[in-house]
Amino acid sequence: MSENTQNRRHHDMGGLPAGPVEGPIDGGDHEPDLWEKRVDAMMVCLGNSARDGKRLITIDQIRRAIEDLPPDAYDTMSYYARWVHALSTILAERGVFTPDELAAKLAEVEARAAPEAGPEARG
Amino acid sequence: MSRFSPGDKVRVLADFARPGHVRTPWYCRGKTGVVERVCGEFRNPETLAYAKDGLPSLPLYRVRFAQRALWPDYRGGADDAVEIEIYEPWLTPGED
Repeated sequence: MSENTQNRRHHDMGGLPAGPVEGPIDGGDHEPDLWEKRVDAMMVCLGNSARDGKRLITIDQIRRAIEDLPPDAYDTMSYYARWVHALSTILAERGVFTPDELAAKLAEVEARAAPEAGPEARG
Repeated sequence: MSRFSPGDKVRVLADFARPGHVRTPWYCRGKTGVVERVCGEFRNPETLAYAKDGLPSLPLYRVRFAQRALWPDYRGGADDAVEIEIYEPWLTPGED
């Protein structure tokens, strides 16, 4: 039987050694932040929306977009941060907005939020 | 129409060169298991992932693998098994 040692993508880590595990595993359970709830709601709404006769967002596309993240990003981004990445990637692919329009909107929001602490600055 | 039936030995392709999103875990590739059931036909998630229509639909099988066949150093019971749902293009007839 041939052994498969190639074509393993980073996310496909079932069966790999876990490495040292110290103390209880942090499952990441927490009360979702407002932005996380909004991302969740947006995903549901977009999943029920269609463009050109096709659903805007499907679970298969979301998985593909998340699996395409570089390993460093895959390991360090939070659950909903990965969803945001998937949503923005897929919506740009589907022509809902252009990357330039997304960048302009992000800059606008950043400027508006600048005087106060953003989500990263909270304890 | 499905190519395999419950009880058939099947081997998972090890070198199915397909870039991007695939639905067959790395750890079972190249391994031999037994068809536990035919789940039906479903649109292909490996093309649905790229906003295609996923057609033609593909037979999906639940394949049972002995844990000892998957992990050379497995120290659990000889009857321990794992079942994985695998689409037909990933499977070839297993050796008897």
